[in-house]
Amino acid sequence: MSKFKKKKNDEMPAISTASLPDIVFMLLFFFMVATEMRDSTLLIQNELPYADQVEKLEKKDLVMYIYAGQPSERYRSTAGSAARIQLNDKFADVEDIQKFIYSERESKREELVDKLITALKVDKETNMGLVSDIKQELRKAEALKINYTTRTGDASKNQ
Amino acid sequence: MARRSAPEVNAGSMADIAFLLLIFFLVTTKISTDSGINSKLPQWQPEDVPPPKIKQKNIFTVIIDNNGQLLVEDELMELENLRESAIAFLDNGAEGCDYCQGTGDPNSSDNPEKAIISLQNDRKTSYGDYIAVMNELVGAYNTLRNREAERMYGQSFVEMEKNFYDGTYPGNKAKLEERIEIIRNMYPQKLSEAEPKE
Repeated sequence: MSKFKKKKNDEMPAISTASLPDIVFMLLFFFMVATEMRDSTLLIQNELPYADQVEKLEKKDLVMYIYAGQPSERYRSTAGSAARIQLNDKFADVEDIQKFIYSERESKREELVDKLITALKVDKETNMGLVSDIKQELRKAEALKINYTTRTGDASKNQ
Repeated sequence: MARRSAPEVNAGSMADIAFLLLIFFLVTTKISTDSGINSKLPQWQPEDVPPPKIKQKNIFTVIIDNNGQLLVEDELMELENLRESAIAFLDNGAEGCDYCQGTGDPNSSDNPEKAIISLQNDRKTSYGDYIAVMNELVGAYNTLRNREAERMYGQSFVEMEKNFYDGTYPGNKAKLEERIEIIRNMYPQKLSEAEPKE
């Protein structure tokens, strides 16, 4: 009879986790390669519009970023809910743009100054009035090369 | 003397260390979205300088109102028809354009050199609508440039530009730049973004 006795050890064998570090390292390397450091914290909502006739911005170090949009939920009590401009890490007014452009130029080598491009990262709900004000200031500061940063996709999704 | 084997290092915490690094990178980095529509602003001009005289037939006026409605050359238009009519306007070629394939309508533009698209908007127009229209107009230029590049060099203009910026492109870059410049001058992007009306 004891021939058919059940095995005593009916516990599952432990799953080996020896390959877990390998998997995590793989993920880690993917993120290290595919992403880049955040340079400023966004204080505003920044849902970019879609477009499909896009060109890529090449030299990342020659791009000046101007953000605009409605302040994020947590800053609304102090910054209000009207669309604002963000330069570096701070909210800014339209008048600050020229100063910002000049200081960015100052920090670059002289031969690179005329290759600078201004990237406008503007939330799609923003009114064009603010964007036009920004453009006027850029014209005054003679930063004429601009790029409307968009996500790649069908432009009809903007409505 | 008895040889002792080296004790095995416990690698159980390796996963924890790797997770820590992974989470650090997840938090401090972003996946960049650095592509968009390039544009060039006009020079700043003092306000008392009168604007240059341009014949009305060489201007293609596109107005976007605050609801995103389009008024093109005084007629209402849907967004999907905009690219087509912009191409018809740019490619009209009434005089002095031997590569244009348009109808040569004397009431439309003379040649791509003179044709100007004027994009006007309201202060309350949303940025998304504006970009959608801008996208169609840039698309019109790209379509025409692609056609000419295809005809002259057997390669589309967008592809040529992509190759030009590609660091690993094996071909002759100087020649490519020259060709891009030729195509650009055939259909110069004269897209005027006027200041919004109050």
